[in-house]
Amino acid sequence: MKRIIAFSALTALALVSAMTAQGPDITTWVKSFGGKPKLAVIDFRGAGSQDFMAAFNSTLFNDLKSSGLFELVPKGMLPLNNPQRPEDFRPVDGNGLALADWAKPAASASHLAFGYTAAAGGALALYGYLDDVRQQNPQSAQLFGKRYAGSLDNAGAIKVAHEYANDIITQFGGTGSLLGSRIYFVSNRGSAKGNWEIWVMDWDGNNAKQLTKLGALTSMPNISPDGTKLAFTTWAYGQPRIELISTTTGRRLNFYNQEASLNANVSFTPDGKQIYYSSTANESLPQIYVANADGGGFKRVSHRNAIEVEPKVNPKNPGQLLIVSGPGHQQIYSMTSEGLNVERVTNGEGEASNPSWHPDGQHFAFAWTRGYATGNFNIFVMDIGTKQYVQLTHSEGRNENPTWAPDGRHIVFTSNRSGRPQIYSMLADGTEVRQLTNQGDNKFPVWGVQ
Amino acid sequence: MKMTNPRQILSPKRAMFATAILLSLLAVNCGGGKKPSGATAPVSTPVAKTTEAPATIPSQKPVIASFAVEPTVIERGQSAVLRWSVTGAAEVQIDNGVGTVPATGNRRVIPAESTTYKLTATGPGGDVSATATVTVTAPPEPPARPVTNTNTNKGTLESRVASDLQDAYFDYDSNNIRDDARASLTHDAEALKKIFADFPNASINLEGHCDERGSAEYNLGLGDRRSTAARDFLTQLGVPVDRIKTISYGKERPSCTDSNESCWQRNRRAHFSAGN
Repeated sequence: MKRIIAFSALTALALVSAMTAQGPDITTWVKSFGGKPKLAVIDFRGAGSQDFMAAFNSTLFNDLKSSGLFELVPKGMLPLNNPQRPEDFRPVDGNGLALADWAKPAASASHLAFGYTAAAGGALALYGYLDDVRQQNPQSAQLFGKRYAGSLDNAGAIKVAHEYANDIITQFGGTGSLLGSRIYFVSNRGSAKGNWEIWVMDWDGNNAKQLTKLGALTSMPNISPDGTKLAFTTWAYGQPRIELISTTTGRRLNFYNQEASLNANVSFTPDGKQIYYSSTANESLPQIYVANADGGGFKRVSHRNAIEVEPKVNPKNPGQLLIVSGPGHQQIYSMTSEGLNVERVTNGEGEASNPSWHPDGQHFAFAWTRGYATGNFNIFVMDIGTKQYVQLTHSEGRNENPTWAPDGRHIVFTSNRSGRPQIYSMLADGTEVRQLTNQGDNKFPVWGVQ
Repeated sequence: MKMTNPRQILSPKRAMFATAILLSLLAVNCGGGKKPSGATAPVSTPVAKTTEAPATIPSQKPVIASFAVEPTVIERGQSAVLRWSVTGAAEVQIDNGVGTVPATGNRRVIPAESTTYKLTATGPGGDVSATATVTVTAPPEPPARPVTNTNTNKGTLESRVASDLQDAYFDYDSNNIRDDARASLTHDAEALKKIFADFPNASINLEGHCDERGSAEYNLGLGDRRSTAARDFLTQLGVPVDRIKTISYGKERPSCTDSNESCWQRNRRAHFSAGN
């Protein structure tokens, strides 16, 4: 796919700043996720595929909206006529078949997504285009045009809508793509009381599938950076133990657990070759250990007189760890991968937990009770350099376990704002909150690239 | 207060007995073993509690003036008293192991079961007899013995762990053994020793739990600290450490799910469960 220049000055600024250590202040940084080209999206129609266009149009619109990259023009503001092919454009029209009709009020758009679908050879073909309607010339206005293929049913329509939306989002410079990314989580749906299993779903909440059938309490998953290995903690054998499975085959991978009352809280290094975890193998407090991905070659990292859990390796600097620890009530600490230079990162207020690195290695999301009663966590984001932070959720129940999407723009988290714990995604400025689960109780989401 | 008129000790019935005995003795003395002169003694009893007592005195047969037992109903192990009075007998016997007795007397008996005593008076004119029955009842059952003291019915390991062992409770974000937890665990130490004696191959899980407020991951560590602290305390009291396995459940297996201190306290606990 050809890559075009980034069109949003705001987005470009956010990208540049994310790559430098001295970026904008944290509030500006999270607001940059609201960088807003004004995008008009027509209602696509189908020729022989019309029965599936409701699913297509809602999927396309939701993907584009939840990306947070655009201000979507309300459909009531759109001109009467829609172009379906580039050759439909005229120099002057007044009702939608001229580029200028989209740039002027009431639409006032900067960009237009248009096209159509048709049944072709028993399959569904989508012809999707993206134009910059501020341009005069239809040739130079077109950012891309592409043919997509799917099955001639709702599933095929949803598939091509995702792919087309992803291409549009990519045009606006997301650091990664959500297409094909999946969210791993734990759910008690269909399990005996007290038991939880690992599940996976598409990033928009569709296609939920059960991955483990251990018939036990199983929890706290984490995904390798390449999305091929899933690590979690299970009580299937009595004491909490670490287990790894392949996300492609579902098979259990070899992993050696040290003799300990507790081995838990796994996370992977950026190269996926090692894991950090919390263990009582020293027969004392839970402390941070590092081992190869098969559990061999384990080594104690820290020697501190406090509970240590949730080691998280900086994706851009494998020598830096964030952990959750004391003394006193739980806070987030930074240390080297050798367990040195221990420094408290959060300011000691309330209780802080669940650090999750942004792909830039400069920021992290976390859960914090600051300003609320004990146990009432909200999602915050902090700049590791300046220690500035910004609050993204505001006391809508308990909000915990934030983890970043591969695109660095979305956060998935658990909230009980509906009464029971469910999984939500939001844009990293706290907007575009979407509930992704509604069957049973669901928690501990992590976002994998596949 | 005990200034009782001696006359009142005798009930009317007893007064009649006494009179009869006196008259009987007079009759014996009058008889003197000689043939009566034809004049019969003006004795007109029968008396209470006698059977087969003749209405008149045949010339040569003894007379059983009375034969009775008091009380007539006893519990097993208690005693009763037989009382009798016979005139004109060469020999008086009572069966059921009492044997030959004087013509007048009493005897304490402790029958193991309900017994009918038969008194037989033998004289020159023949035998007469009378009976008296004492009914023996069983004593009431004692209270059931405490279950924990019975080795014959030690129950299952699960039932013993559930009934004999108490949870130890903790403060928020703490694994310190409080005074109330100290008392619970001291009790548990003795109970554990008995359970291990009754189940020589069993091991017991010591679970660490937390309330819902801290993060799940941190609570996993805290639950481990609680179960370990409780186990160390039990070890000091002589409980074999190798038979107790600590398992932290963090806040993943709460015993209640309300959001208030009462429920939070119930969940901040070290809890025992049957191992293998």
